[in-house]
Amino acid sequence: MRIDVNSFVGAYPFRKVPGTSPDGLLRSMDRVGIDQAWVAHLPSVFWRDPADGNPWLYEVRCDPMYYGLDPVGSEMRALVKVCGKEQVPLMLAVRLEDSRQRHPNDRAGELPPWAVRTLVRSDSRVRLLITHADRPFIEEVHFGSTPEESARIWWDISWVWGPPEDHLETLLGTIGVERFVFGTGQPLRLPETSVAKLDLLDLSKEQRAAIESENLKTWIQ
Amino acid sequence: MLIDVHAHFLHDRSPRSDWPARNASRLRAGDRVGITVHVASILGSWGATSPIYFPSPPDIEYGNDFLLQLQRTNPARIRGYAVVNPNFTTHALAELARCLDAGMIGIKLAASRRANDPLLDPICRAARERGVPVLQHIWQHRRREYPGQEASDAAELGALAARHPGVNFLLAHIGGGGDWIHSLAVVRDLPNVFVDLSGSGVDGGMLEECVEAVGVERLLWGCDLTIDTGWAKLRYLEHMLTGDELELVKWRNASRIFPPTAFPTD
Repeated sequence: MRIDVNSFVGAYPFRKVPGTSPDGLLRSMDRVGIDQAWVAHLPSVFWRDPADGNPWLYEVRCDPMYYGLDPVGSEMRALVKVCGKEQVPLMLAVRLEDSRQRHPNDRAGELPPWAVRTLVRSDSRVRLLITHADRPFIEEVHFGSTPEESARIWWDISWVWGPPEDHLETLLGTIGVERFVFGTGQPLRLPETSVAKLDLLDLSKEQRAAIESENLKTWIQ
Repeated sequence: MLIDVHAHFLHDRSPRSDWPARNASRLRAGDRVGITVHVASILGSWGATSPIYFPSPPDIEYGNDFLLQLQRTNPARIRGYAVVNPNFTTHALAELARCLDAGMIGIKLAASRRANDPLLDPICRAARERGVPVLQHIWQHRRREYPGQEASDAAELGALAARHPGVNFLLAHIGGGGDWIHSLAVVRDLPNVFVDLSGSGVDGGMLEECVEAVGVERLLWGCDLTIDTGWAKLRYLEHMLTGDELELVKWRNASRIFPPTAFPTD
């Protein structure tokens, strides 16, 4: 079983992206063998009130940099408290696009590593799912947190490089398979990428299943 | 047959102690993906004793020599681009002759000099005489100067390509950062510019736009620093293109622009 924790429906405001309809997402999932997806409504990330996208909402996420919020400000801390109390995972994206190619008017900053460290420390019950993070980001947060704190953070693999740099292989060895989940960022990014990353690793059947679904099942129980 | 037109290897004088592991990883991953030939370059000392994008003549020679040795020890699966720095014209032309005589099959221009600069003309004349293509490092839509390199974008490469219609150019890593939509608009009507699909970028819609802009006849498959993204694009293209079109992108287009006998099927 393969669960994509990081996918979207709806148009992207800064360039033409195919496959943004629910049917398009389903076709894409079939093409690469994804059984379930946690789906966010992409246009509402850019709306004045992103909650207006909730009729399309399939998961809980908050991207403070796109909302113009201080990533560790009072609003985010309040959200973290609620998510912790209700035991609802909170998803945050480091970025949606490569900063080198973004539209000139797409000026939202990237989520900084220190914000993740601060948020996970701000409530002892909150659980965070961080998407679109690269190796340096993940290492900085993981090794800048206590074992108890880092055990409440999960990372999607979509932005971590495979061979020949082998960042994903390194992280699985240093941080642990149990901290990673399968995510793609589709349709902004080709979902084939995350499958290819796993196909290029020498994982046991159990390790692969852990990343593709079992870590998530354990987490959301 | 699958040709990666944009690969790199490291060497013992690069700043990275893990260079043997990275080289081995590229070949191991290439085997898993099914890469038949890695067409590679080494950018001088990779910053150890001269800047990556402004390599000194001695560093260029060491890197090219190391790559020639790799080519000799892996004759079935490694081919080389000769790296030169256009600021050292005499050295560049001599180095090209030396490396092409020794079996390299193309020229790699990184970012030592803007692509539309006249100093690139003698190198392009040499490329035409030797019948080899030029892989030009590109920043997709350069809006300003970037530190550490004299970067060029597709418009600047286009000016060079227009001056040298008898030379084939590879616009490097369309997925390697920057506004690729800008690049595709520029190279649409430049028949001697081929789009190298490598780079870590795997944007939804990028491959469709590439096909629409230049057609499958001017697309070349490659990986650069991330083989996982190269494999992902290949898998997507398998759904998107016909079998014959896919063969063009995988290797037939490359076979057409590199010298005869460059690849096993020639």
